[in-house]
Amino acid sequence: MAGRPGKSGNTAAADQGFEGDTMTISTGNPIEGSMADPSRRAGMDDPVTAEAYMLPSGQPVQLVDPDGLHVHNDKYPLPDGEALLKAYRELVVGRRVNDQANALVRQGRLAVYPSSHGQEACQVASALCIGADDWLFPTYRDTVAVIAKGVDPVQTLTLLQGDWHSGYDPYEHKVSIQATPLATQLLHAVGVAHAAKLKGEDTVVVALCGDGATSEGDFHEALNFAAVFHLPVVFFVQNNQYAISVPLNKQTVAPSLAHKAIGYGMPGERVDGNDTAALLAVLGKAVDRARQGGGPALVEAHTYRMQSHTNADDATRYRTDDEVAEWAPKDPLVRLRAYLKELNVLTEELEEEIAGRAETVAAQMRDGLNAETEVDPEDLFRFVFTEKTSQLREQAAMLRDELSRESA
Amino acid sequence: MSTTMTFAKALNTALADEMEADRSVVVFGEDVGPLGGVFRITDGLTQRFGEERCFDTPLAESGIMGMAIGMAMNGLRPVVEMQFDAFAYPAFEQVVSHVAKMPNRTRGKVKLPMVIRIPYAGGIGGVEHHCDSSESYYAHTPGLTVVAPATVEDAYTMLREAIRFPDPVVFLEPKKLYFSKEQLDLEALQSRWGTPALDRTDGPEPTAAPADSSIGRAVIAREGTDATLITYGPSVSTVMKAAAAAAEEGRSLEVIDIRSIVPFDDETVMASVRKTGRAVVVAEAPGFASVASEIVARVQERCFHSLAAPVLRVTGFDIPYPAPKLEHFYLPSVDRILDAVDELQWEDA
Ligand SMILES: Cc1ncc(C[n+]2csc(CCOP(=O)(O)OP(=O)(O)O)c2C)c(N)n1
Ligand SMILES: [Mg+2]
Repeated sequence: MAGRPGKSGNTAAADQGFEGDTMTISTGNPIEGSMADPSRRAGMDDPVTAEAYMLPSGQPVQLVDPDGLHVHNDKYPLPDGEALLKAYRELVVGRRVNDQANALVRQGRLAVYPSSHGQEACQVASALCIGADDWLFPTYRDTVAVIAKGVDPVQTLTLLQGDWHSGYDPYEHKVSIQATPLATQLLHAVGVAHAAKLKGEDTVVVALCGDGATSEGDFHEALNFAAVFHLPVVFFVQNNQYAISVPLNKQTVAPSLAHKAIGYGMPGERVDGNDTAALLAVLGKAVDRARQGGGPALVEAHTYRMQSHTNADDATRYRTDDEVAEWAPKDPLVRLRAYLKELNVLTEELEEEIAGRAETVAAQMRDGLNAETEVDPEDLFRFVFTEKTSQLREQAAMLRDELSRESA
Repeated sequence: MSTTMTFAKALNTALADEMEADRSVVVFGEDVGPLGGVFRITDGLTQRFGEERCFDTPLAESGIMGMAIGMAMNGLRPVVEMQFDAFAYPAFEQVVSHVAKMPNRTRGKVKLPMVIRIPYAGGIGGVEHHCDSSESYYAHTPGLTVVAPATVEDAYTMLREAIRFPDPVVFLEPKKLYFSKEQLDLEALQSRWGTPALDRTDGPEPTAAPADSSIGRAVIAREGTDATLITYGPSVSTVMKAAAAAAEEGRSLEVIDIRSIVPFDDETVMASVRKTGRAVVVAEAPGFASVASEIVARVQERCFHSLAAPVLRVTGFDIPYPAPKLEHFYLPSVDRILDAVDELQWEDA
């Protein structure tokens, strides 16, 4: 991607990224996810062609650099101080949630934890870019995003605590059950958006997945469906460079994951995944566009999985400490903190208050997960069908009898 | 010379020995390369045989399976790993419509000598989608050979046999056994295979496995006279414990380890049931429309006049595999097996 504009804003047609829903090609027709006239090529004086409109920026969008300095971008204004402060609060809580969950694994209170340490900016932005009535479709790695959207932390961790497959009501905060089978949830997100559209609701759906998951067939089917039905879905890929041990260059040889969007007829954009401000700006724009009827978009965040895939994984088998160390200075918390301090928005008192808030959440997690919970064996048979089959009634009775004899 | 070996290491050794013996064997899947697989079954293979023989693919099970079909059509012997039981489902279409049917559709002209390795079943406190017993889906699909070793020796032997088998084999590895250990005379085992350096890439000339192949043959894991416990895979160890407990109570139970679900060894099973006159089938999968159901039906059809009691099943409940804290309620236990044995209409009862 040499020769593309860097930090100082983007001018080339190919760097338009996605704008609001008013973007037009030279025929004056709004681009509506349908294929534009393929004979129209991006010429120097031409208005933007469909292709150019759909291609991602030459470089990942960055609004605050690792040193905490603002980088100007014509297309993406910096979110205001209040929005950034709100996000910073969630970042600090998110980091604390990751640390606490790791500790709970070591103490045997959680079976396993796929940490999003280093990816907290993506986690927080994916929850904050939508409203209470919008849906989030998370994966196993998105615990922090789920909590940031309002779900109780202890309920969120039920899955990993091993009491049940999920501990929260998806309708309460419009957060679907965390998906483990990769990319499958993206199609469910498309379905929720389609139903909302048919019902005349202006819901937007943010669907999360990792870089590895983009290789699954379901990823491609989901993008195509969303584009063909012109649905308000923002596909948000956290490219953390690894699918367990497999690095991105074994996953794809495309110029970027965001480039995959154009093949389905939707805009793609890439963004610095450790830059909360850029994430809020880019996702915010995609969400607004989707809400206004502009159709789906694909956003790729460039970030890094700072820890092992889960505690059960040993990342030293496939990557070097040096590589990990390179990402440490790009930490999402450090840079937003520096920027907010510089702005004088983040005061000492506020920092203390935020740290206190994070501690409260951590304490809540410890209390909730250290408490001995009772599992009810009758639950095994309760939710398989609306009405228990006679076979299930028989099996439940058998287990009840067994247990009563055991306790006798 | 006898050494102690884990189930996982036996599988790893079998893969390495087959790759050494036959240049047409290639191993691929998710994380099977430099990492050596999430269970380390392919540990060291990339390092030893190179990236062309053992490699990571993009993350797509249908892609892995479909590509394996093409490679098998073109003279190679792919051994693919599905990372976990439930993550093999995206490949189901390729397995059912093509792996299983290709030889039939082409009147035997296209053979698919490939192995689909699947770490399967529960008992490890795994979260959802990591503990499914999926054998019935495969066993129900004509054209698939389906095996599940339950001992370290079988892990080694059956994987080598599966790789040499002329037809596609679904190779189910009970993941709770991966770290179980046994004493093994590896050199003696290896010597049964000879050391020909095969190169079948120019002509698919399958060499036979040793004549006494375990594919299609059940084994009597414990001899007994009063009743037959029929089982396979992850349940074998539980059933062996049940038989030992029953012996203390004066009941002599024979244990059959099916190990080859398809083809099914009617002869060994029926001979045992005719001898004992009673049988219980034990399996971890939900019982409804399952491999266990099939075994019961076959026994009932063939041994009716020898039976003193209906053939019973102890299986998982007909529910999705439960969360870790509930799995002990679900899994067939020693007590549940002994309860079933007690119900076999004993005269002294
Ligand atoms: C269909 C399917 N296949 C395999 C797996 C096993 N698995 C779990 S996570 C993972 C890697 C996913 O990588 P990526 O999509 O980049 O997400 P990340 O874990 O990095 O967040 C794999 C292979 C799975 N969960 N689902
Ligand atoms: Mg990843």
